Amino acid sequence: MIRILWAFVLIVVALPARAEVEIQEITTPGGIDAWLVEEHSIPFTALEIRFRGGASLDAPEKQGATSLMVSLLEEGAGDLDARAFARRSEALAASFSYGISDDSVRISARFLTENRDQAVALLRDSLVRPRFDNDAIERVRAQLLSSLRSDLKDPRAIASKTFDAMVYGDHPYARPQDGTVETVTALTRDDLLAAHQGALARDRIYVGAVGDITPEQLSALLDDLFADLPETGAPLPGPAQIKLDGSTQVEPFATPQSVAIFGQPGIDRDDPDFFAAFILDHILGGGSFESRLMQEVREKRGLTYGVYSYLVDKDQAQLWQGSVASANDRVAEAVQVIREEWAKLRDNGVTEQELQDAKTYLTGAYPLRFDGNGPIANIIVAMQMEGLPIDYIATRNDQVNAVTLEQINRVASELLDPDALTFVVVGQPEGLGQAAN
Amino acid sequence: MLRLAAFCLGLFALALPATAQEDVTTFTLDNGMDVVVIEDHRAPVVVHMVWYRAGSADEPAGASGVAHFLEHLLFRGTENMEPGEFSATVSRNGGSDNAFTSYDYTAYYQRVAADRLGLMMEMEADRMVNLKLTESDVAIERDVIIEERNQRVENDPAALFREQKNAAQYLNHRYGVPIIGWRHEMEALDQAKARAFYDRYYAPNNAILIVAGDVQPDEVRALAEQHYGPIPANPDLPERARPQEPPQMSERRMVFRDARVAQPYVSRSYLAPERDSGAQEQAAALEILSEILGGGTTSVLAEKLQFERQIAVFTGAYYGGTSLDDTDFSFIVVPAPGVTLEQAEAALDETLAAFLETGVDAEQLDRIKMQMRASQIYARDNVEALANRYGRALTQGLTVEDVQAWPDILQAVTPDDVMAAARTLLDRRKSVTGYLKGEEVTQ
Repeated sequence: MIRILWAFVLIVVALPARAEVEIQEITTPGGIDAWLVEEHSIPFTALEIRFRGGASLDAPEKQGATSLMVSLLEEGAGDLDARAFARRSEALAASFSYGISDDSVRISARFLTENRDQAVALLRDSLVRPRFDNDAIERVRAQLLSSLRSDLKDPRAIASKTFDAMVYGDHPYARPQDGTVETVTALTRDDLLAAHQGALARDRIYVGAVGDITPEQLSALLDDLFADLPETGAPLPGPAQIKLDGSTQVEPFATPQSVAIFGQPGIDRDDPDFFAAFILDHILGGGSFESRLMQEVREKRGLTYGVYSYLVDKDQAQLWQGSVASANDRVAEAVQVIREEWAKLRDNGVTEQELQDAKTYLTGAYPLRFDGNGPIANIIVAMQMEGLPIDYIATRNDQVNAVTLEQINRVASELLDPDALTFVVVGQPEGLGQAAN
Repeated sequence: MLRLAAFCLGLFALALPATAQEDVTTFTLDNGMDVVVIEDHRAPVVVHMVWYRAGSADEPAGASGVAHFLEHLLFRGTENMEPGEFSATVSRNGGSDNAFTSYDYTAYYQRVAADRLGLMMEMEADRMVNLKLTESDVAIERDVIIEERNQRVENDPAALFREQKNAAQYLNHRYGVPIIGWRHEMEALDQAKARAFYDRYYAPNNAILIVAGDVQPDEVRALAEQHYGPIPANPDLPERARPQEPPQMSERRMVFRDARVAQPYVSRSYLAPERDSGAQEQAAALEILSEILGGGTTSVLAEKLQFERQIAVFTGAYYGGTSLDDTDFSFIVVPAPGVTLEQAEAALDETLAAFLETGVDAEQLDRIKMQMRASQIYARDNVEALANRYGRALTQGLTVEDVQAWPDILQAVTPDDVMAAARTLLDRRKSVTGYLKGEEVTQ
């Protein structure tokens, strides 16, 4: 091979329920890595783009800059002002959506095969040549401020904000990703230009594409899309120091139902015990009706409509979190039952039957996720951000099945930490002090 | 200008098919159960759903919430299954399951590997007729739905506002009663009320089976005949005639205050006709009208109120055309800081009046139709959404033919159709105007 325009790695993954996801790994001539699943039966493509970084790139006094910047990408670009841009994307029947998390900027695009080039040209302008017109900035800023003011009176938003501020100290994760009324009010156009330069850079791009497109076409498309972005972006934050003291903190707010968020330290995706913890979380409160928390808090006592636990794996912090909402006169009991279940699971572990049932569910449910171009594009871009190998889909269920009763119960006793399980309760809860632990 | 516009349109006029291309087969079992099969063989997944033509608007007066309560109770065991065993069995087979209730329907569904379809049917057929409950399970589940109401409604002033506003929109129809129920009536729900609703409505001749995914119609027919076929039809199934709206002759206005409201807004809704089987043209015009007036950045309301006059931070128009009886068409205007709700409402009315004068922008209509054509392509990527589309239609008075004709009917809507629909719709006597506000500040 004299000229290697692009390298291919072709992996055929046979899923347990006989799904096949054929991921091709592409490196474009311009040096962009991407994963592609060709699916030519419907004439459109789903394209998922991620830039590592996101809201955690914002300086404390500029909090919300990345969020406002990303909201403005579709509000005028190149020769088109906001309305002309919207009219153009409607006429092409293309859809672009832009969002952020603490650790990434997300762009989800889908476009028809028939006008792919025109749609991608429009997407390219929004990424590379956003206008940040002053009238657009003020219009979108007003929308963001309206939403931030609403969050100040939304118990769920108050709970998240209070919990993050308490847990993450002075790390960017402690601050709301959309900023505050004060910081967003103070943002300037220069702040947005800086946020754009810092967040959308070539050194942090991840791409997943699924649909009616060949590797050659995708390769050319990506080089066109990203060629004019800066090589390097803003430095990423370091690890967060997590503070969880096991207390129950009440944030008073006049509403009939208290909303609680709780958490303890979590586990890294790379940890050899990750899959054991993942199964443990499923058994504890991972979303099914059969979870212990759902059974004890909802099914046996009727204390809530929903109670959940979930592993939070941010780039710079790992938590094991959960949430519940109960009427003000019942939430204390819900908190107590959750604490008891936490301790019971650490002390007694799970049964062989629970482990087996969890494995059956998790391995059986996995192939069901691959049920559309959009969902598959999301999965393969997330795999790359997590640093998972391209054959992960084929091995994932084996990793679930490899967890033994002995291992999961060792992990339960080592990882579950009722003394660190910290609650933030927003509402007018009866019988919960500031530090009830 | 005209020539330029024509050129641009030519550029984007694509050879998209207007008609749906989804692979749909329908048949009816001997006991009257309708079956819809939607094939999608890209992944070995199946969605199995049973929809009942019974929702909150079919409830007897005084038992609001019983349709939704019964939906919860269907997970609490049968003569053959323990409480919770249904979902546990689905889980153990790697699937997920849930259910939902609306005004006109109650639906149960599982997503599971395609080779487990028979088991899902066996269990769903069982709970269509063999429900068995204990008093303590019923009492606990009543607490659960009250917490659900707390979460969805009581904790959200905008939801309380919508509930009050809906009650004012419908003078006589049960659409004015919340699906989840009024709290005082939910507290009085019991096993007898749930059982009465179950006995009346849960039967194969009042149900629609929808199977979507990696299945063959013949295989679905054989399994359906095996599992649902033996259940006898309910000969006493009542005709579905609910109390209808009288002529609405007086505009209604309301103010809802709650200390938890941070962002006030004004909402205006009008009583509107729904899609009727074989006569969907007016509803299609209203569907397009809602896109023209409030469908996003390029809509008339956004253009006038957000871009030109900058008196709103958000605007929108919504039309719930799929409905068994008369429905509503609504607008929302969220004012910019310093703009009062009175000013926002006046601006809404000025914009609507101006629209009635100037009419439809042809280019905008073309863009909307282009998006609707493309949505037929994108829809094929989500077989579960397709299944829901058929389920909603078939429980709300439409047929499979109506669903499949809908894209062409939308494409055939003319500017004159839109204006005629708008003029009929925008009759203030049939409207409710609501202000959502924070607590009054003493001057």
